[in-house]
Amino acid sequence: MSSEGSYYVPAQSKLPIFASLGLFLTVFGAANWLNGNDTGPTILFCGGLLFAFVLWQWFSAVITENLQGMNSDQLKRSYVWGMGWFIFSEVMFFAAFFGALFYIRNFAIPWLGGEGDKGIANEFLWQGFEATWPLMTTPDMAVNGDAAKVLGPEQSMSFGTVDSIWSWLPFWNTMVLMTSSVTVHMAHSALKNANRKGFNIWLGITVALGFIFLVLQVEEYMEAYLHMGLTLESGAYGTTFFMLTGFHGAHVTLGTFMLLVMFLRSVIKGHFKHEDCFGFEAASWYWHFVDVVWVGLFIFVYVLG
Amino acid sequence: MAHGPAKGISRWLFTTNHKDIGTMYLWFSFAMFLLGGVFALVIRAELFEPGLQIVEPAFFNQMTTMHGLVMVFGAVMPAFVGLANWLIPMMIGAPDMALPRMNNWSFWILPFAFAMLASTLLMEGGAPNFGWTFYAPLSTTYAPPSVTFFIFAVHIMGASSIMGAINIIATILNMRAPGMTLMKMPLFVWTWLITAYLLIAVMPVLAGVVTMMLMDIHFNTSFFDAAGGGDPVLFQHVFWFFGHPEVYIMILPAFGVVSQIIPTFARKPLFGYASMVYATSSIAFLSFIVWAHHMFTVGMPVAGELFFMYATMLIAVPTGVKVFNWITTMFRGSMTFETPMLFSVAFVILFTIGGFSGLMLAIAPADFQYHDTYFVVAHFHYVLVPGAIFSITAAVYYWLPKWCGNMYNETMGKTHFWMAFIGLNLTFFPMHFVGLAGMPRRIPDYALQFADFNMIASMGAFLFGAAQILFLFNVIATIRGGKKATDEVWENPEGLEWTVPSPAPYHTFSVPPEVK
Ligand code: HEM
Ligand SMILES: [Cu+2]
Repeated sequence: MSSEGSYYVPAQSKLPIFASLGLFLTVFGAANWLNGNDTGPTILFCGGLLFAFVLWQWFSAVITENLQGMNSDQLKRSYVWGMGWFIFSEVMFFAAFFGALFYIRNFAIPWLGGEGDKGIANEFLWQGFEATWPLMTTPDMAVNGDAAKVLGPEQSMSFGTVDSIWSWLPFWNTMVLMTSSVTVHMAHSALKNANRKGFNIWLGITVALGFIFLVLQVEEYMEAYLHMGLTLESGAYGTTFFMLTGFHGAHVTLGTFMLLVMFLRSVIKGHFKHEDCFGFEAASWYWHFVDVVWVGLFIFVYVLG
Repeated sequence: MAHGPAKGISRWLFTTNHKDIGTMYLWFSFAMFLLGGVFALVIRAELFEPGLQIVEPAFFNQMTTMHGLVMVFGAVMPAFVGLANWLIPMMIGAPDMALPRMNNWSFWILPFAFAMLASTLLMEGGAPNFGWTFYAPLSTTYAPPSVTFFIFAVHIMGASSIMGAINIIATILNMRAPGMTLMKMPLFVWTWLITAYLLIAVMPVLAGVVTMMLMDIHFNTSFFDAAGGGDPVLFQHVFWFFGHPEVYIMILPAFGVVSQIIPTFARKPLFGYASMVYATSSIAFLSFIVWAHHMFTVGMPVAGELFFMYATMLIAVPTGVKVFNWITTMFRGSMTFETPMLFSVAFVILFTIGGFSGLMLAIAPADFQYHDTYFVVAHFHYVLVPGAIFSITAAVYYWLPKWCGNMYNETMGKTHFWMAFIGLNLTFFPMHFVGLAGMPRRIPDYALQFADFNMIASMGAFLFGAAQILFLFNVIATIRGGKKATDEVWENPEGLEWTVPSPAPYHTFSVPPEVK
């Protein structure tokens, strides 16, 4: 690490190449595993471990550099831009899945059910299939006369009746996440006012809420798999439901982990000052993003589902 | 403390220097260009005459697929990122990229990703064989097992592209020298800024679509399976939502390159700088709302056909603005035709031919005839070969003296140009004719009446391939020696990169230059 003039020019670094190796081994192992090769899990595990280790080193290096005052304002702005556009790329990833949901609900299923010019397929291929959403009886089941594998429309994850709302998990999930968005904001305000204790408390509450959300989500999945027979394999509804909520859940997991790390950094190491807290801010933006995605899920998957 | 490059291999493995990384990107891209080129020559050898003679049809399919994938993701995209790395910091007066370590990470993912992709050729069941557009259910239900490796390779090269794009945006928005306002930026920088936004917007969608494939293949979901309530056509929508912006990702930086080169050799400032910026932005915006012009024959509602037809035709307007500006820049200039200029002039002419065939394809009712014929192949090779590839070649000749301090051999450069120019026109022009006459694409055999044109195309392809060997030779010779280049290299070229010594020092602009 050296500074050239007024600019930031880091010295050589071993991090990138090992990060690439770790990433490669991870996906290579995963692909082998999925294709049924015995070595897959081992490669995946070693690769994942290497990758995690390198990332750990990488973040430690960045934090150390910052604590030593080596980061110029310009570099800090670059980090801000970087995180911002990373989140945007995540938004586009979700957009692909929301788009798939939209297309399946509004085009694919009505057409399969016989609507419009393309409905002709219904007569020739999918006789007896009716377009409904949530889709409980797939075209395939309709043709083969199988009863719905899932227990029927009233058993989908969608919004039922108003008085059942208190026993409706997504409602509680929404409450939990909405609250956590507020608490993470409170933490930020506390930090801005140089109130370390307040910061730790609010951040701790946020992490706990993230954790509660995940527990509720697991609960919902168990319900779906064990009691309702709604799985990834039960047709377009199960597909879109689990993929959207699943990727969201994965992002909540990552977000909770990020906030947890920030919490530990603050509690154990006393990191973050009111004018220098990018690590925490980045994690909190990510958290807000995860929240916004949930609002989309709540509306399009659950309420209108 | 100023430090020069480290010694030995560690310089390349652990570097954080934008010039080193740019060099690695460019060499990697050239290696992929040769690999993809070999695949193309296998295709052209098989198509030299009708009948099946050299390869099995199954292997032929793997060749068309791998050729497309390697050229798009391995040759063209990394070449432009390499140019961005070398040039953007020098053009805006920055010492390096904004996030130098991430920069090296973006690069080093690529060799791993492509090693994995190439290794599928040796796997049981063979390499991916479903075309570079990997339509479901060919790429799901009927795919070879190697598709899983293909999917993960796409995932990590996507990660590399996204990180590269983020880095470029942060560099351009955050590292410009004082006085370098947005509307003073060289057009190459502008076009890359817009390209980077395109990348961040659509690479995640590509990741999404391969993820859906992965789930359909291994976890029995029904995204692309009508039996479960999904739709294979959904694949095409998601893919082309990525795919059409992707073709602009491959051409916008090329627009930037020729906009730098033409003024130098016409000895006139670029005509209509501001309109170039606005045209580039409009093209980028429009590229998000035209994707289904690749799907006219798939059975869309008529309203969709019409919308996508008119929206596609609209793109011709800003594209026309650009062509007009390049020509007007040359008009009454005192032009000379050094190698970079030859490639750039050829770019303007031949790219425009590709634009015209694009307009023909954009007419939905006509596309019912043209779709999936060699006419489409002719179209996109006219925009990609004399478009993207020629601009990259022009850029290398134009900036190579700045990079390594030596002049390339002009005679060899011009020979390269004419071989490439003749080769590519021989290869791709006849494809218009056989396409209009109905020869389908991606088939290893064809009806007898197409024989003559195909033979010409194959001969052209080998000529084009040979030209690239000459290019390689010229570049290596230039790096190893040759006439010393001056700092300006050309006659009064525009831009900060010409104010630093040739070869450009390992670290340029450790103190920000003043831009007037
Ligand atoms: C005026 C501008 C353009 C128009 C109107 C246009 C229009 C079209 C249309 C309608 C198709 C679909 C043809 C079919 O499959 O039946 C097509 C295919 C294609 N275009 Fe363009 N295009 C334009 C410029 C470009 C540029 C600049 C590039 C890339 C640099 C490009 C690359 C491609 C590619 C790669 C395909 C074929 C994809 C495939 O099916 O494998 N086009 N174009
Ligand atoms: Cu297109």
